[in-house]
Amino acid sequence: MTLQTLCEKLGLEKIIFDHDTEISGVYVGDFLSRAMSRVGADNVWVTIMANTNVVAVASLTDAACILLAEGVQLPEEALSAARENSINVLSSDDSAYDLCLALSAALNGGEQ
Amino acid sequence: MSDVLKFHFDVDGSDFSSAGEASVVVKKKLRQLGYPADVIRKVSIAMYEGEINMVIHAGGGCADVEVHDDEIVIILSDKGPGIPDVALAMQEGYSTARDNIRVLGFGAGMGLPNMKKYTDEMQIDTKVGEGTVITMKVKL
Repeated sequence: MTLQTLCEKLGLEKIIFDHDTEISGVYVGDFLSRAMSRVGADNVWVTIMANTNVVAVASLTDAACILLAEGVQLPEEALSAARENSINVLSSDDSAYDLCLALSAALNGGEQ
Repeated sequence: MSDVLKFHFDVDGSDFSSAGEASVVVKKKLRQLGYPADVIRKVSIAMYEGEINMVIHAGGGCADVEVHDDEIVIILSDKGPGIPDVALAMQEGYSTARDNIRVLGFGAGMGLPNMKKYTDEMQIDTKVGEGTVITMKVKL
C-alpha cells in the first residue's frame, strides 16, 4: 500500500507530504536509539516524540514517514528540517495503539 | 589505489537539535557515491549514535570519516570525562544520561551497543578526565 492510500484510509493529517512511497512495514516507539536500529526503509514510524532529532532518525533510516500520534505536533524548527530533508510528516489524534490497530487492518487487508 | 576521501565535522556540544547533522551529510555523500544501502545504513547508525554520545556526555567533539577502497573508517574524538567502565557502558540498557536527556528520547542505553552491532570493528580508547576516541570500521 502506498502512503497516499494509507493517509486516505486512516484519515491521517498530512503535515508534510513530500513524496509518495510503497509502505514496507511499521515501527512504533519513542526511544531514538531503538528506533534508529529498528525502523526499516519505507516503514511508517509511529511516535509521540516531537523534536528535531526525530527528523534525523527518520532521515537516516529512510522511513516512509513520521506518524505523530495523540495529536503531538513538531516544533517549527523540526518541520523545517523535515522539509529540507524531504521527510513526510503525518499526524493523528489517535493513540499509538489505535493507530497500530488501524495500520494492521489497512496493511493486512482486514476490515476496519 | 585511489585517493582516500575524507570528511571532517565539528560536533557542537551545546545544541541537541543539530546533533545528527554530520551523519545526515555523510549519508547523503555516500548515497551520491553509490555505496550499497546496507553499508550506508551501518555507517549512518554508528555515526549518529557516536555524535549523540558526544553531545550528551562530552560537550561535543570531532567526527572524521575516511572512505577507503575496502572500508569506511569513522573516528570520533572528544575531550569529555572519559568512560570509567567500558564493559558496563557496552551493556544494552545501561545509561548515565539524565532525565532531561531521556525526555528527548535519548538515554536508552543502546548507543555504544548499536555502534558495535553495526560496524565490523570498534575500538574505544578512553581515559577518565581526558576524553575518548572511538574508531569504527565498516568493511566494503
